[in-house]
Amino acid sequence: MKPAFSVIFLTTLIGAAQGLFLALFTHQSYALFGLLPMQSDEFYGYGSALSLLLLGGGLFAAVFHLGKPIYMITRAWRGILQWRTSWMSRELIALPAFMGIVFLFGASHLAGFRPVLLTLPSGQPIDLSFVLGVVGTLLAFALFVCTAMIYACLRFLREWNSPLTVINYILMGGSSGFILAAFYSASAAPDQADFFAGWAIIITVLAFAGRAASLVRNARLKPKSTMQTAIGVKHPYIVQRSMGAMGGTFNTREYFHGKSAAFLRTIKPAFLVTAFVLPLALLAFGLFSPALLGVAFVLQYIGLLAERWFFFAQANHPQNLYYQTIG
Amino acid sequence: MTQLALVIDLNVCVGCHACVTSCKEWNTSGSAGPLCDENPYGLNPTGTFFNRVQTFEIGQYPNSETLHFPKSCLHCEDPPCVPVCPTGASYKRKEDGIVLVDYDKCIGCKYCTWACPYGAREIDEKAKVMKKCTLCVDRIYDQSLAEIDRKPSCVKACPTSARLFGDIHDPESEVSQAIRENGGYALMPEWGTHPANHYLPRRKTKLKIHQDELERADNPLKVEGHLPKPAKDASSMDDASAW
Repeated sequence: MKPAFSVIFLTTLIGAAQGLFLALFTHQSYALFGLLPMQSDEFYGYGSALSLLLLGGGLFAAVFHLGKPIYMITRAWRGILQWRTSWMSRELIALPAFMGIVFLFGASHLAGFRPVLLTLPSGQPIDLSFVLGVVGTLLAFALFVCTAMIYACLRFLREWNSPLTVINYILMGGSSGFILAAFYSASAAPDQADFFAGWAIIITVLAFAGRAASLVRNARLKPKSTMQTAIGVKHPYIVQRSMGAMGGTFNTREYFHGKSAAFLRTIKPAFLVTAFVLPLALLAFGLFSPALLGVAFVLQYIGLLAERWFFFAQANHPQNLYYQTIG
Repeated sequence: MTQLALVIDLNVCVGCHACVTSCKEWNTSGSAGPLCDENPYGLNPTGTFFNRVQTFEIGQYPNSETLHFPKSCLHCEDPPCVPVCPTGASYKRKEDGIVLVDYDKCIGCKYCTWACPYGAREIDEKAKVMKKCTLCVDRIYDQSLAEIDRKPSCVKACPTSARLFGDIHDPESEVSQAIRENGGYALMPEWGTHPANHYLPRRKTKLKIHQDELERADNPLKVEGHLPKPAKDASSMDDASAW
């Protein structure tokens, strides 16, 4: 498939935002039970604002995935109508819902409006921000699942049609968000940076394993559709002589990444190193030098852009069987 | 329930592209607006077409043959492009099974093209909405046309009558009979999309003659009385009366 930069930025930005929110709320949950010192409202509030900023960036990128940007105003609202069947429609519901909850979560902290709604038998007060955090956590995972299922549900694109797609979107978003949280906390609450960096290392290792597993799986895939099933002729030797168009068509542009096989071979190890190996090394050193955490986030983000590009480029659409020879 | 469809006889198609030009002409002139064409007379012409004729070479020289293969939306009975559409712009009509796009609702996200294994949909690069074969829905029900003309324009244009049009759910229809009696098949059956359009395979008429059919063993004109039967080269009544 042809990687669309709008979608690459959308998925990586909101992935980081979801991960950051999950990191913040994980910390608040630990703190509620006294496992970590509770941080100031500003810590959680401004962290949520950062998450919201990334989500807004993702939404802005998504505008350019529409046929015309104006469709965002005139037609995109229809996109929420088909939630019964379309994962994209579900994503279009989950994204604004998650943004709303992140906003309310941050606002309840920054405004200090955290009325206690109930008290646990063990004595912990469950306030409004905590309830919003739980709802936001559920929505963050729902959004991960919706985003990934947009690709994983397409059974013809067998590189994507796997539970690993969903798992990896969650893990890579989580990794990106927790690294950002570690960097954020290194400046906002330095004594808590180790907590986030520790989780970031664990999630990044898992993400590395998940992505490697999907690469291994994809390398072993055998195409289900062949020239023979495409045109229904039983013969081992079938060559297309003409696709019926003298120039390129939508079908030659949309379904092929347009880069050489060598480029594809190069970007695979490149993204594995930049998105997983180097950030892990920087996280390990970052435990002693906070500035490295920022480098780790930016470097990994670039790696994840390459990862997402490769994710799209690697998927081989069966329609390509019909469009091999211009003539 | 009705399921309108095309049946394309690959045995008859000569690859003349008349269906392509006729389709383009009809569908670029309708109320839905033009189908875009960019750089039509330049080096790399490109544009939106609902129907294309492709050509394949089967086998290797000298034992090869050419297959002309018209390809358009197959109006699947279980269309994978429809449920993925977030806006409901893509839909399958209940009354006749035609898969259509509402150009006023489409946001041009191209997700449906990812979900179609056949590459049947093409975006209109000017209108920025997805377009596809409509089975000439604006023609086949047009009461102002003579009944004989209420067929998709590709079907009307085909000089060799390689394209049949009708209801494949009606067992007595021309298309159903053609599929049943001439080995009609669907493309990429492995995906379970149940395409409504079918293709009739290339068929060769061959006459198989066995050796014993070359000579008539029980020729009644053979000389009688020679039992057991005379040898094939023995004289016959034909020989006897040949004088």
